[in-house]
Amino acid sequence: MPDGRSAVKRRASLRLWLSGSWLALVALAALLAPWIAPHDPLAQDLFAGRLPPFFAAGADPAYLLGTDSLGRDVLSRIIHGARIALTVALMAGVATALLGSLLGLLAGYLRGWTDIVISRLVDIWMAFPPVLFAILLIAVIGTGLTSIIVAIVVIDWTRFCRVVRAEAMNQSKMDYVASATIAGQGRASILWREIGPNVLPTIAALLTLEMGIAVIVEAILSFVNLSISTDAPTWGGMIAEGRTSIHQAWWVLVFPLVVLFLTVLSFSQLGEGLKDRFDPVLR
Amino acid sequence: MAGETPLIRVSNLCVNLPDMTRKPLFGRAPLLAILHDLTFDIPAGSVLGVVGQSGSGKSTLARAMLRLIEPSSGQITFDGQDIAHFDEAALKPFRRKAQMIFQDPMSSLNPRHRVERIVATPLVINGQNDARARAAEALDLVGLSRSFLTRYPHELSGGQRQRVGIARAIAMRPQFILADEIVSGLDVSSQAQVLNLLERLVRELKLTLAFISHDLSVIRRLCTHVLVLRSGRIVEHATVEDVFGNPQAAYTRELMDAIPLPDPDQPGWKA
Repeated sequence: MPDGRSAVKRRASLRLWLSGSWLALVALAALLAPWIAPHDPLAQDLFAGRLPPFFAAGADPAYLLGTDSLGRDVLSRIIHGARIALTVALMAGVATALLGSLLGLLAGYLRGWTDIVISRLVDIWMAFPPVLFAILLIAVIGTGLTSIIVAIVVIDWTRFCRVVRAEAMNQSKMDYVASATIAGQGRASILWREIGPNVLPTIAALLTLEMGIAVIVEAILSFVNLSISTDAPTWGGMIAEGRTSIHQAWWVLVFPLVVLFLTVLSFSQLGEGLKDRFDPVLR
Repeated sequence: MAGETPLIRVSNLCVNLPDMTRKPLFGRAPLLAILHDLTFDIPAGSVLGVVGQSGSGKSTLARAMLRLIEPSSGQITFDGQDIAHFDEAALKPFRRKAQMIFQDPMSSLNPRHRVERIVATPLVINGQNDARARAAEALDLVGLSRSFLTRYPHELSGGQRQRVGIARAIAMRPQFILADEIVSGLDVSSQAQVLNLLERLVRELKLTLAFISHDLSVIRRLCTHVLVLRSGRIVEHATVEDVFGNPQAAYTRELMDAIPLPDPDQPGWKA
């Protein structure tokens, strides 16, 4: 009686490979930053200011991607910036996912008053302009890495809450939930053991998107100088500095921008790729 | 039949559900009466067929009898106890004795759990310590080999999934099982297999069964009693011989005329 259904193997798609490889590269750079960065990201050398990248005329091979107006190595700053970007992506992403998903699951499964309270809260929350909200929040609690993470969680939990609530509502209508009720399974147990695993692919896909968003938010806050100290190597801070000298040294702006772009794109593509691969229901 | 104590006695059962299509902008949706004042018995060891067209309230009756929804009024007496308005904690002993098999075996099996977990979970919840062994035993009873224990529902065919649903229901060794349209999603040969299986299990495990269907030929084969529902009211309730031999209600005769006949030349065939 066993047929071919269990023998079906799916090949990892190209986008999973590409996005995974890029993120692995960024993660590796972040982990090994002190050892692989060719220069100190903070060391200034005014005699080596605005050196072009290796392929342009007048480049110094010691500074592969050139230097900024203070003579700091762009490559080293990008590598060290990956640490901050990934820390924010992971911490803010996971914390946002936990808070938003928990509230979304409760609202979608319990319905009734719980749902009304949580849903209205989400509606009110989403009416605030997010960037202004973040700036206001950081003005109150002060700058720093923790503040950025807190700001992202406080603003973005609604994104998870909405989607997870809808998905939990869908799953609650399935007969396996009715079956668990008939078996006498408690509500907390049904939510955690029966519905939870079925909402997990949605949460995972949102989480990867949220990590990309966290990287962008950190860059935006750096850009408006509300991230960590202006000296610290963050991608957003580098883009802000590069903007002022775009006509003299375009590479200071362009390289962190490309890295930021690829990282955010990879996060979202990774989510899609994982969803395709691990969702048995989609087949 | 006389002298048998009914396992389930439903009396004056009414179920009203909110009608969301007529919900005003503010305030509650008006209630729509789905089941009107149903009264019937299910004697222990009998197989009750419930027929009616779609929208007649069959599934609502099923959900009320297993207390997935609370009836608006009336009593459901199970084994001498009125469970109609119990809360979940008080229902605990009832949950051990009554099980359900669902119409859509894809939706009724958690797609993320393996077959073993699906069948064993109700046992674990009700404090059986040999849950895994009994889950394997239940699979034997429905004719699935033990290699299925480690499979996920999407790796099974429709008939196999429905067998897993049956295994989950009988693993608890309940007194009563409610089967809601369990063969309507299967092809004809799987239907026959599942019905044979159910027939055998009812006999061997001495189950009381309520079998909901819109297919009278299936009911005739399996059931001892028939309940005909129309728009939430009982049209006819009698033994299977009486209903098929001498249908009282015009609606029952109408339903029976709709049974497709295997041979076009047989009398009674209408072109």
